[in-house]
Amino acid sequence: MDVLLVLTPVVGLLLGVLTGATGRGVRLAPVVTSLVVLGVGVVLVVHVAVEGHAAVVGAGGGLLRADALSAFMLALVGAVGLTATWGGLGPRRPGPADASARRYAGLVCVFLAAMSLAVLADNLGVLWIAVEATTLATAFLVGHHGTRRSLEAAWKYVVLGSVGVAIALLGTVLLYAAARTAGQATLSWTVLTSGQLPLDPGLVKVAAGLAVLGFATKAGLAPMHSWLPDAHSQAPAPVSGLMSGVLLAVAFSAILRVQAVADVVLGPSFVRGLLLTAGLASLLVAAALILRQRDFKRLLAYSSIEHLGLLAVGAAIGGRLAVAAVLLHALGHGLAKASAFVMSGRILAAEGTTTIADVHGLLARRPQLAVPYVTAIAALLGFPPFALFFSEVAIVLAGWQAGLGVAMGGVLVLLLVVFAGLARATAGMVLGPPDGPVGELPPAARGPMAPVWLALAATAAAGLLAVPLGGVLTAAARAVGA
Amino acid sequence: MNLSTGAVTQLVALSTGTLLVSAVVLVWRRSLRPAVRLIALQGVALAVLVATIGLAEGGGELVVVAAIVLVLKAVVVPFVLDRGIAAGGPDREDQARLNPTAGLVSVALLTTLAYLVSRPVTAALGGGGPDAGPAAAAVPVGVAVVLIGFLLLVTRRRALSQVVGFVVLDNGIATIAFLTSAGVPLLVELGTSFELLLIVLILAVLSGRMRSAAGPKALDSMNELRD
Repeated sequence: MDVLLVLTPVVGLLLGVLTGATGRGVRLAPVVTSLVVLGVGVVLVVHVAVEGHAAVVGAGGGLLRADALSAFMLALVGAVGLTATWGGLGPRRPGPADASARRYAGLVCVFLAAMSLAVLADNLGVLWIAVEATTLATAFLVGHHGTRRSLEAAWKYVVLGSVGVAIALLGTVLLYAAARTAGQATLSWTVLTSGQLPLDPGLVKVAAGLAVLGFATKAGLAPMHSWLPDAHSQAPAPVSGLMSGVLLAVAFSAILRVQAVADVVLGPSFVRGLLLTAGLASLLVAAALILRQRDFKRLLAYSSIEHLGLLAVGAAIGGRLAVAAVLLHALGHGLAKASAFVMSGRILAAEGTTTIADVHGLLARRPQLAVPYVTAIAALLGFPPFALFFSEVAIVLAGWQAGLGVAMGGVLVLLLVVFAGLARATAGMVLGPPDGPVGELPPAARGPMAPVWLALAATAAAGLLAVPLGGVLTAAARAVGA
Repeated sequence: MNLSTGAVTQLVALSTGTLLVSAVVLVWRRSLRPAVRLIALQGVALAVLVATIGLAEGGGELVVVAAIVLVLKAVVVPFVLDRGIAAGGPDREDQARLNPTAGLVSVALLTTLAYLVSRPVTAALGGGGPDAGPAAAAVPVGVAVVLIGFLLLVTRRRALSQVVGFVVLDNGIATIAFLTSAGVPLLVELGTSFELLLIVLILAVLSGRMRSAAGPKALDSMNELRD
């Protein structure tokens, strides 16, 4: 079992390097990497489901470790990765792969490997390196199209993302200093959360604040979100799906890890205040900008800020119900958002525009694109039976029980505004008379439908599967002390 | 070899002082080529700091780290930046959002702020009194360098001057890391150093592509994407 932990990131890295260097299997390599990550994730999840919440696999001399949360996150990385990479397979091009296709495939594999390493890290330094590696791997993916706009987005993303992660490094370094002055120089998350080290509260407060702020930048939480709409709208659709659907969640799981350390030393109120503020601010930003959004890829990006804001609110509430709901929400959002981005890429290829006002009557003209797109948006809006409905209800209920009634009232109002904005924009695109190009789709707008429908079916089923999934989610929540 | 306490104090003060002064000069000056020299100087100062702490604490590992820091931050990163300038980038920051006077006033305020916010850190590392050791006493300098790096990053518009700001920010973080905890574990330290190098390389490549896609003034016109 412990070999699998080391193997997952290594396989992704090797496949990425091989594909990038040789140009063989540029179509297959990202899909295979996702499958490997998903496979190991499922094995670990089954292990947790059988052994209970205390099931922990360690490897790599204490640097890597898989508890219930890592297992769940790894399966999520694999599932969203599979949806985005398989769904993003374009038409097969004749002849050998050109340099751009090789770079794309190689970097996607390395990106997946970095995310796997981030969720499997026990050492907070390794966690930091892995999160930073995701920025490095995605920099050229965001700027892949090479246009002025995509390069501008890539520049802002790398500068802001690296500064954010540099702040997180400062937090990590100060945590190490706290551990060192307490008698054991370590960055091991297991040791830091054990409560055995007499960590200095003042130092941990500064460290945790900086680390949460830094990882929140990567998670796209307001007020450090300004890179997100640019990067997610300019990247190729499958990369947008990966970044929106799972990279944000990976960065968020890093916040959960830091929160667990801070809660042991400082009690829950410190990080709770930070996360509640960031969460409500993100919901507010998303609500304000979704209402007047003219570009449907940016619309999806702002919807990610909304959902991450909700995750932050849920983590701020704390407790087993809220944290389990947060993880269910991350799962539902990841799968639905990856599907929505894959379909948005095909709509862009078919219609030649990302402007909402220029797309009409898609349901009548191109139902093969419109039906999955609308289904994914419905999932993101939180319609039952999709998982997001259950997780949103659970988060609000948990907040109410925790005495955060006023904040939950605000959350509900903002969710309603987002709902109205997203629903109006999508209705404008898909409804109406069929005025526009009809008939055969251009080749770039075609692609496998199975991954999209599988992901949406999984989103619908996840909310109803209390028996195997609920136990794993609760175990994962307990892993971070909830 | 063990250094005497006096020598350690002086070397720590000298290297952190060099870091702070060079960061201040970077805010003041606008030419990019001297800026790259100052970045190299910061790399040397950081390497001296690491070596000093390593020798004072008797850790051979830190001397290796010092050598790596010297090669990466004093040689390789300045080399990459120089290549970026030679490749046709503008060699002056002529679009800064702050004039030099306002910049220096901001630096003074940021340095004061750095001393205020570092209190919990220095307190935890030994009370901040005279017996706290030279390392803990110098932590505010590291925080000041981080804040000055931020200032450079947000007030500069040319691509390469933003990269310079980022390197200063990272040097400040490295300073704090070595002062507070004699560095992080070797593996993590290697990871962070190489990631800085990769970021600088990526940014240099991106700025080159932006120049060819949008002309030499690429970064001032970074307003294509907005709501």
